[in-house]
Amino acid sequence: MIAQIRIIGLTLLLFGNCSLADEAPSLAKDPILEERVKSISLELRCLVCQNQTIADSNAGLAVDLKNQVRDMLREGMTEKQIKDFMVERYGDFVLYDPPIKGITMVLWAGPLLMLFVAFWFVVRVVRRRSGSFDTQQSSEDVDRARALLKD
Amino acid sequence: MVPEIGHFAVILALCVAMAQAFFSLVGATRGYVNWMAVSRPSAYILFFLTSFGFCCLVISFLTNDFSVLNVASNSNSQLPWPYRLAASWGSHEGSLLLWVLMLSGWMAAVARFSKGLPNDMLSLILGVMALVAIGFYSFLLLTSNPFDRLLPPAMDGRDLNPLLQDPGMVIHPPMLYMGYVGFSVVFAFAIAALISGRLDTTWARWSRPWTTIAWAFLTIGIALGSWWAYYELGWGGWWFWDPVENASFMPWLCGTALMHSLLVTEKRGSFKVWTVLLAIITFSLSLLGTFLVRSGVLTSVHAFATDPERGVFILGFLVFVVGASLILFAWRAPKVGLGGRFDLVSRESALLANNVLLVVAAASVLLGTLYPLFLDALGLGKISVGPPYFDAVFIPIMAPAMFLMGIGPISRWKKSSVPDLAAKLKWAFVISIISASILPFTMGGWSLFVSFGLLLALWITLAGLVNLWTRLEQMSKGDGRTLWTSLLSLPNSYYGMLCAHLGVAVFVVGVTLVGGYEVEKDVKMSLGNTVTIGDYTIRLDALEELEGPNYTGVEGTMTILVDGEEVDQMFPQKRLYTVQQMAMTEAAIDTGFTRDLYISLGEPLSDGSWVVRVYLKPFVDWIWGGAFLMALGGVLAVSDRRYRKASEVSSSPEEVTTST
Repeated sequence: MIAQIRIIGLTLLLFGNCSLADEAPSLAKDPILEERVKSISLELRCLVCQNQTIADSNAGLAVDLKNQVRDMLREGMTEKQIKDFMVERYGDFVLYDPPIKGITMVLWAGPLLMLFVAFWFVVRVVRRRSGSFDTQQSSEDVDRARALLKD
Repeated sequence: MVPEIGHFAVILALCVAMAQAFFSLVGATRGYVNWMAVSRPSAYILFFLTSFGFCCLVISFLTNDFSVLNVASNSNSQLPWPYRLAASWGSHEGSLLLWVLMLSGWMAAVARFSKGLPNDMLSLILGVMALVAIGFYSFLLLTSNPFDRLLPPAMDGRDLNPLLQDPGMVIHPPMLYMGYVGFSVVFAFAIAALISGRLDTTWARWSRPWTTIAWAFLTIGIALGSWWAYYELGWGGWWFWDPVENASFMPWLCGTALMHSLLVTEKRGSFKVWTVLLAIITFSLSLLGTFLVRSGVLTSVHAFATDPERGVFILGFLVFVVGASLILFAWRAPKVGLGGRFDLVSRESALLANNVLLVVAAASVLLGTLYPLFLDALGLGKISVGPPYFDAVFIPIMAPAMFLMGIGPISRWKKSSVPDLAAKLKWAFVISIISASILPFTMGGWSLFVSFGLLLALWITLAGLVNLWTRLEQMSKGDGRTLWTSLLSLPNSYYGMLCAHLGVAVFVVGVTLVGGYEVEKDVKMSLGNTVTIGDYTIRLDALEELEGPNYTGVEGTMTILVDGEEVDQMFPQKRLYTVQQMAMTEAAIDTGFTRDLYISLGEPLSDGSWVVRVYLKPFVDWIWGGAFLMALGGVLAVSDRRYRKASEVSSSPEEVTTST
């Protein structure tokens, strides 16, 4: 604790006067570029990690890939070109946003299809239930009528 | 000796479960009273034996018995004792023992708290649970024995995975398993009802509190896991749509649907078939979750097991349970009556629509989770399905469900009128729309995402308030009660509903605002450097060596300044766990009601400076606060007076008309 206070004191002595001037340099030299790097790396998978995006990972490969994305953006490549490049190198596995194509048809269409089926199901059930009363009623009436006829 | 005694206790437990399943099921179907009498005491014995076995494992961990393989692989003499305790369920084998402990605990609870149930019904329920238990005890003993010896014994253990050395991880698995396994109770109720053909209101009434309490445990378990990921993984995310997260989220979604469906079945006698199906699906998804996490088909922090033998066993068990239940369902369900009729605009319709949306959401999560596994298994290529997919699919499905949350509770059973609903809710709707369009401007910029999220949250909250107001107004009109007595006389289950729905709104606020306005800064810091984020200036004042019980590391001292005044100090750490040589980031978090300040140390650079990540996360704690409110709502609902009465008086006819 004492050592800690001493160090704090020392730092204050050394840097205390110019605390505002000492804004830590951002790792990103160009914040707008960095925003774009981040949004792209949030959709790329770190291939050596356990299910992490390269934005979140600190693994060597992730850092390399992020740098590569940055370089490619600087060279003026578009987001699509960069992703295509990554897919060419690592396959679709690298994309967290699976591309819409033959083998992912079921994946993308599935939820929509299920939603339709669900809608149809609800409509059917509600129709039947709001109508069933009458049919039940009428069959009861028929029974009663029969009973009356027997009498 | 201790591990052998534990092993023996678990073997005995398996034998007890077999006897219990046989005598309970045969006794109940044939009507042998003597045989049925076995079921209750054997549930207690099962729980005792399993607890005994579990204690033996805990003792082995606490006493550092490295001649036990499980201890040698997952503990270390330097590990602090609370983590040695947690290591008992940190491994694959240990977590399965925890699973069967929970299962036998739930069985004992059913035996204890179901005095009012008819004898044959109770026997059927416990018999079905015993069947599930047989599956898990065999799995444990045949493929994952936690008491296996290691010869010659290890000098020291390989330590617990550092990610799991954390207070959150000590209680996360027990809570989660309480939820998972708790759904086995309602599953057993459903199967018992199918076998006996008594799918009636009483069945729904008995199932409801068990479902709600299991659901509340699961909610807490998931929230703890999310909170743990937030502070432990070092980059402040709270949900990753990771397969293991999805594995716990799918039963939660279906469990939520089940709770609401049971409500309709109890109050109106409708949706019986649907409720039974949901009970089967929910428990099956719990089993599927166990399979996914435990078989090693997923590669993720939770998947410790890579032994195919285990995967095949659980898969086989899963297929058996799901297959047998569905066959039973297909055989029995068509004989079940429809129940009361209802109109297009009614509480039944709203609940049905909500149910279906929740199930579609769960099915979509299932699709996204399993799809890459199927493609991979069939050799059709490797793809990743991540947050962009799940966000795109999940949000559009859940948004209408959340909209319905405002309408459902206020509409009437059987038949509601649109003009009446519109009259009640118009102001809630107008105020939500206006506030949601204006509020984002005051918070740092308008975006559709934020505005829409706030709209849903406001709508749920205001509709809830209108609901409460309408109820109070009716009561004061009815018998002239004062506001205060009316408030007191509303049932706990009603407050539980309001509380849980408010929890959803709070959760949505958290998700929306942290998603919309989070600020992140990655900087390179030397001693004395500052970084400004929002209103806060953070100064790195010291970096010191750190000596923990089983790790070494560096601790930074960060002073937080607001307007040049020191307000706080924070101490982010970077640890190196010596046994596993694994680096861990211990983020420093200043938790606040409206924001979290989150500092995490990255990597040291060659010139002695450090990469530091600083985040300002507005309203992030509302995410877990919301989950807590949901669980609290569940507890409130179960504490309702009528359940206490119900446990004393046997299956009395309920007051159907007093709606919840």
